[in-house]
Amino acid sequence: MSARRPIPKWADVTLLPALNLALALVVSGLVVAMIGENPFEAIQVILYGAFGYGDGVGYTLYYATNFIFTGLAVAIAAHAGLFNIGAEGQAYIAGLGAIIVALWLDQTHWLITVPLAIVGAAAFGGFWAFVPGYLQAKRGSHVVITTIMFNFIAAALMIFLLNRVFKPPGVPSLESRIIAEGGRVPQLRQFWSYFGYSPVNLSVFLAIAALILVYVLVWHTKLGYALRVMGQNPTAARYAGMSNSRLIMIVMSISGALAGMVAINQVLGVNNRLVEDFVAGYGFVGIAVALMGRNHPIGIALAALLFGVLYQGGNELQFVMPNVTKEMIVVIQALVILFTGAMEGLFRPSLERTFMLFSPERKVEAVARNTPSTES
Amino acid sequence: MDFNAILSLLDATLRLTTPLLLACLAGLYSERSGVFDIGLEGKMLFAAFAAAAAAAIPVTVYGQWLAMENTTTLDYLTWPLRLVFGNLFFYVGSWFGPVWIGLCAGMIVSLLVALLQGTAAISLRGNQIIAGVAINSLAAGLTTFLGQSWFSQGGRTPALGPGGRFETVTLPFANEIGQVPIVGPIYRELLSGHYPLVYVAFLAVPVTAFVLYRTRFGLRLRAVGENPKAVDTAGISVNKLRYQAVIITGVLCGLAGAYFSIAQGSGFGNNMTAGRGYIALAALIFAKWRPVPAMFACLLFGFLEALQIRLQGVDLPLIGQVPVQFIQALPYVLTVVLLAGFIGKAVGPKAGGVPYTKER
Repeated sequence: MSARRPIPKWADVTLLPALNLALALVVSGLVVAMIGENPFEAIQVILYGAFGYGDGVGYTLYYATNFIFTGLAVAIAAHAGLFNIGAEGQAYIAGLGAIIVALWLDQTHWLITVPLAIVGAAAFGGFWAFVPGYLQAKRGSHVVITTIMFNFIAAALMIFLLNRVFKPPGVPSLESRIIAEGGRVPQLRQFWSYFGYSPVNLSVFLAIAALILVYVLVWHTKLGYALRVMGQNPTAARYAGMSNSRLIMIVMSISGALAGMVAINQVLGVNNRLVEDFVAGYGFVGIAVALMGRNHPIGIALAALLFGVLYQGGNELQFVMPNVTKEMIVVIQALVILFTGAMEGLFRPSLERTFMLFSPERKVEAVARNTPSTES
Repeated sequence: MDFNAILSLLDATLRLTTPLLLACLAGLYSERSGVFDIGLEGKMLFAAFAAAAAAAIPVTVYGQWLAMENTTTLDYLTWPLRLVFGNLFFYVGSWFGPVWIGLCAGMIVSLLVALLQGTAAISLRGNQIIAGVAINSLAAGLTTFLGQSWFSQGGRTPALGPGGRFETVTLPFANEIGQVPIVGPIYRELLSGHYPLVYVAFLAVPVTAFVLYRTRFGLRLRAVGENPKAVDTAGISVNKLRYQAVIITGVLCGLAGAYFSIAQGSGFGNNMTAGRGYIALAALIFAKWRPVPAMFACLLFGFLEALQIRLQGVDLPLIGQVPVQFIQALPYVLTVVLLAGFIGKAVGPKAGGVPYTKER
C-alpha cells in the first residue's frame, strides 16, 4: 500500500470544514423535511433574519461576540493539547467578577467600570479554569473530567450566591440588582441607529481585540511557541526545558479568562444584571466554533459569525415556521461538532486519495505499482 | 427523624439511585473497553424521549403504519422503517402493553446512538470526548425539537395512557411480613413496591461483576481497555470487542433513560435527565471503574439527591437552613477531590480515550 500524503494545507482549512458543515446542514435539512417543512425556505428565512435588516445584523454580531470568546477559550487550550469543556462554567463564574465590579462602581463612568470589570471577569473566569489546570498539572487528574465537574459546581455556586447574596429583597426571580448607567457597556445603537433595538455593544470590539491578541500570543510569542510544542509533543517540550505543568496552568488560566469575557457582553452589555444561567450554552457552542475554525483566530471569527447567523436566524425561523423551534440550531451545532470533531475520519481519507490523483508523485507511484517488482 | 422518615428517605434513595446505577454500569462497560463515554447523558435523554413518545402513541397507530399506502416520497423513504418498527411495536404493544413499546423504543434509540458514537470513536478513530459532547448536544436539541414538532406541547410528550407506564411491583407476602416490627416495614416499604427497573438495576450489579471478572468476554474486555495491542496479538479483534461493549452501554443507557419517562415520570419533559449522566460518570470514577463500588457510589449520590429534596426549606437545629446547592454540588466536588488524589487515587483504564490503530 502506498503511503498517504496529507492533504494540502489550504484544503485542510477550507475544504474539509466546508464539507463537514455541508454534511451537517444536509442532515439538519433532512430533519426539517421530515417534519414537513421546506428546508430551502428555512435557509432563506435564516439568512434574511440574520442579515436582512439592522436589528438582525445587530443580533448576529451580538451572538458572534459570545462565540468568539468561548471559541478562543477552547482553541487556545486545544493548541496546548488540552480540551477545555468548562468554558460554560468559567463564563458563569466570571459573571461574578463582572457584577461585583459593576455594582460597586456603577455610579462612576463606564470608562472606569468596564475595564475593571474586564479584569474582574478575567480573574474569576481564569481562576475557575486555573484550578482544573493545577489539578492536571500537579495532581494528574484529567482536565476534561474536572472541567465538566466544575461546570456543575459553578452552576450550584452561582444559584446559591444569587439566592443569598445578590438577589434584592422582593424580587421573585433569581437576579441581581440592575446596574446603573455607569456600569453598562455602551450599545452600538447609541452611535449607529442602524442597529435598531439589537443588543450588540462595544464588547464586539473586545472580541476583535481578543482575536488579535490570541493570534499574536500563539504564533508570535515565546509562550505561544512553548504551548504549541507542548500540544504537539509534551515530551519534546519537557526535553527542551519547558515546564509542562507551568504551561498547563498558564494556558488554562488564559482560556478561562477568555471564556470570562462572555460575562462582559452578557452581564454588562445585555442583561444589565446578573441573571441565572446567563451563559445559556454559549460555552458549548465554543467547542463547535473552535473545531470549525481549526483553532485559528480567522477561522474562529468566521465560525462564530456562522453560528451567530444560525442563532439569530433560528430565532427568526421560529416565527415563520412555528414547528421549527430554535433547538434546531442546537441540532446543527451538535452535528457540526460530530462531523468536524469526532468524525473527521469520514472525509479525510477520501480527500487524501482524491488529492493523490493530482499530485506529481502520483505518476511515479503509478509506474512503480504497475512495474512488477522482483522481490514478491 | 423517626423510623418512618428514615425509611421513606431510603426508599427515595433507591428510586433515585436506579437511573444513576444503570447509566454508571453502562459507562463501565464502555470505559473498561477503552472507549471514554461522556455521552451517557445524551443517550439517556434520547432513550427517555423515545420511550415516552413511543408509549404515548396508541398501539392501533402502529397497526396503521403497516397498512398505510405510500403516496409521497417521504412515505417511500420511511417505508422500511415503518415496516420494521410498526411490526415490532404493534406486536409488543398488543401482547404485553404500551409500556413495553416504550422500553423497546428507548433501548433501540439509545443503541443506535451508541453505535453512531461508536462508529466515530472506534472505526473512524475520532476523538472520543468530542463524540460524547456531540451526542449530548444532539440529544438536548433533537429531543426538544422533535417533541415540539410532533406533539406541540412545548417539547413535552403527551401524558401516557393506561398501561403506558410501569406499575410498581409488590414483592410476595409484603403485607404479611409487613406486620412484623422493624423488619416488616423495611421489607414492605423499602424493598417492595418499586418499579421493575429498580430491581433490574440492582440485579445488573452482580451480573456485571460476574461478566467482568468470571467470563472470557469480561477478561478480554478488561484487557482491551488496558492493553489493546496484547489482545490484538492474541488474535482477538479489538474493534469488535469495543463495539460489543458499546452495544451493552447503549442498551443499559436505554433502560436508564426509559426509567425517567415511563416509570419514575409519566411522559417526557425538556432536559428530563438533568445532568444525571454526568453524575453517573462521576460515580463511575468514584468507584474506580468497578461494578460493586459503582453501586455504592450511586447509592451515595442517590442518597444525597434524596436528602437534598427532603431538606428543601427545612430548618435544622444549629445549622439553620442547609443550602441545597451544596448538597447538589457534593457529588462533583467529591469526584474532583478523589480524582486529584486527595482521598485515594482513581486511575482509569490505561488505553481509555485512545483509538486503536491496527499495525500492518
